[in-house]
Amino acid sequence: MNTPLTRPNTYRSGPDAAGKFGGFGGRYVAETLMPLILEVEKAYAAAKKDPAFDAEWRRLLTHYVGRPSPLWFAERVTGHLRAQAAPGLGAKVYFKRDELNHTGAHKINAVLGQILLAKRMGKKRIIAETGAGQHGVATATACALFDLPCTVFMGAVDVARQQPNVFRMKLLGAEVVAVESGAATLKDAMNEALRHWVAHVEDTYYCIGTVAGPHPYPAMVRDFQSVIGEEVRAQMMEAEGRLPDVLVAAIGGGSNAMGLFHPFLDDAGVRMFGVEAGGHGIETVTGHAASLTGGRPGVLHGNRTYLLQDENGQILEGHSISAGLDYPGVGPEHAWLHELGRVEYVNATDEEALSAFQLCARLEGIIPALEPAHALAHVLKLAPTLPAETLIVMNMCGRGDKDIFTVAKLLGEKF
Amino acid sequence: MPADPAAPQARSANRPAGRPSRIAARFAALRAEGRGALIPFLEAYDPDLATSMEILRGMPAAGADLIEIGVPFTDPMADGPIIQAAGQRGLKAGATLAGALAMVRAFREGDDATPVILMGYLNPILSYGAERFAADAAAAGVDGIIVVDMPPEEAEVLAPHAKEAGLDIIRLVAPTTDAARLPLVLNASSGFVYYVAITGITGTKSAAPEELAAAIPRIRAHTDLPICIGFGVRTPEQAAHAARVSDGAVVASALIDTLAKSLDAEGRPAPDSARRVLDQVRALAQAVRAAR
Ligand SMILES: Cc1ncc(COP(=O)(O)O)c(C=O)c1O
Repeated sequence: MNTPLTRPNTYRSGPDAAGKFGGFGGRYVAETLMPLILEVEKAYAAAKKDPAFDAEWRRLLTHYVGRPSPLWFAERVTGHLRAQAAPGLGAKVYFKRDELNHTGAHKINAVLGQILLAKRMGKKRIIAETGAGQHGVATATACALFDLPCTVFMGAVDVARQQPNVFRMKLLGAEVVAVESGAATLKDAMNEALRHWVAHVEDTYYCIGTVAGPHPYPAMVRDFQSVIGEEVRAQMMEAEGRLPDVLVAAIGGGSNAMGLFHPFLDDAGVRMFGVEAGGHGIETVTGHAASLTGGRPGVLHGNRTYLLQDENGQILEGHSISAGLDYPGVGPEHAWLHELGRVEYVNATDEEALSAFQLCARLEGIIPALEPAHALAHVLKLAPTLPAETLIVMNMCGRGDKDIFTVAKLLGEKF
Repeated sequence: MPADPAAPQARSANRPAGRPSRIAARFAALRAEGRGALIPFLEAYDPDLATSMEILRGMPAAGADLIEIGVPFTDPMADGPIIQAAGQRGLKAGATLAGALAMVRAFREGDDATPVILMGYLNPILSYGAERFAADAAAAGVDGIIVVDMPPEEAEVLAPHAKEAGLDIIRLVAPTTDAARLPLVLNASSGFVYYVAITGITGTKSAAPEELAAAIPRIRAHTDLPICIGFGVRTPEQAAHAARVSDGAVVASALIDTLAKSLDAEGRPAPDSARRVLDQVRALAQAVRAAR
């Protein structure tokens, strides 16, 4: 830790005017982009105060996305874990079912907010980066709905391993650019989107898919995704008459986790776990994507945060079975919450995620995306150690349709 | 403040005190000659240490007035395919920030007058340690630094150390930098101002001559620092025009293109790789010198 951090009165007031959460975040972009970033910040601040903007976004969430998503008591998973636990142990496991959203993941929540903002700003074209393709699909979907041309940058490696989503984006009318530069994965897709943005500043809005990038993106995407946690609060009060005890979510850039956690950050009784991709194990050098538990602070993609990097400050490639988690950075607010100790960051390996994926399908009839399968893998470790009355909410932030080919291959199935 | 107001120091609150500035001295000399500067660029360790060192050493004799050295980074967000590839070749050849400093140290054994500017991204500098970097860079003979992803708003991590060490922080001004931002950027600059001629990344397009002719006076109205033009300056004609309407021309992608084309399929240099680049520097320098 190189920035002394003091415990704040509230964990929910960040970022400051400079876009910082403690020493993390900020606006580390080239001068060409700086005026544009400031314009997005100003436009978002105005939109946030406009009840009409909020009403339109919520109308879309209700009638187009299908919110609120259910809070599901995962009775069979709970029973399965209690059967292995000591008497009196085995927490009650709930799933927040954002996999039921239109387009199949949480990404659409923040995309719709951002596309409404782009319209307000008078922007004529939308660009986005994508890893697993879920954010790309969500952006292509919103652009079809709002009749905006859409270009999605996707690493060539990810294009190859997420073919179904590539085709979906094309069906939705988006142009998919396979990025060959660098390591040809998510970080390079983001580099390429930023480069494209620099060259098309006048008419283009960059719709970022997670709580990373320069200020105001981490705060803005968090605000939109917080609809997840706000719903959980109300739904848990309804179901159990009290707040949950434990929240668990997978961390790629950290948007589904931040959306679940943020409304609960000041509830001292709520423990939170962010589950990073442990890949082949975090003791390996480039075999994982655990930026917080296996990286150190640095600057990439416009913000200061924890990064996977070598001793010379060169960025390392992450690895995960899940294309949505292998980002070498993490949202700056998570970096801050990590250093404060407010959220506990852990990881799950490829193997653990794969086995949670299968278990969930058989026990709950829900095929999860590989990303929340990491969160579930942690729930499987944690729940049997906690008293039976403990309430756990896990963010089921995406469905597994996009992953069945990857998983089939790993399990030796042939189509 | 310089002791002698007539000394060749650019007027800026950020001009580091103490060490005489090679950058200011060079621009003063060029002004006396009545011409603009040619600032060629090379990427450190591209395609290997020996070749990039040969290019660096040969540049002053070929007509370089100042030299810019790119420090390879895995994620060069403001660079187009040509410089991206150069950075990747450099990294493959073992480039580090420390290695780039060692190149400058070696260069200084034979040249104490030509200003050298390092251009790169912030993360390798933070990883090296900002304070240690500023001190080591100055000691190696670096005169200025351009940190692409460090706008004035985020400069606190490095600027005080750079000032202390006597390193100029050269800032990019873009066509998108509006009137409200311009003073903020210029007040945080020293050495010279680098005008990014296009809204775009390196090595992609070029600005129209009349756009440049209009852009420079807008900046000139707010600063006494020399202004140089880069991004999209490729040909001797473009370099001559840039040096005529401003105080200098930066040429990068066109030179790296020449180097890249001389490499074999495995990325190894030919015996004349460095010479081809230096010949091109010579042609650019002739055009710049003939420009006024
Ligand atoms: C279903 C799903 N979950 C999680 C993620 C990771 O992103 P984040 O950590 O921002 O939620 C992705 C990214 O593609 C995803 O598709």
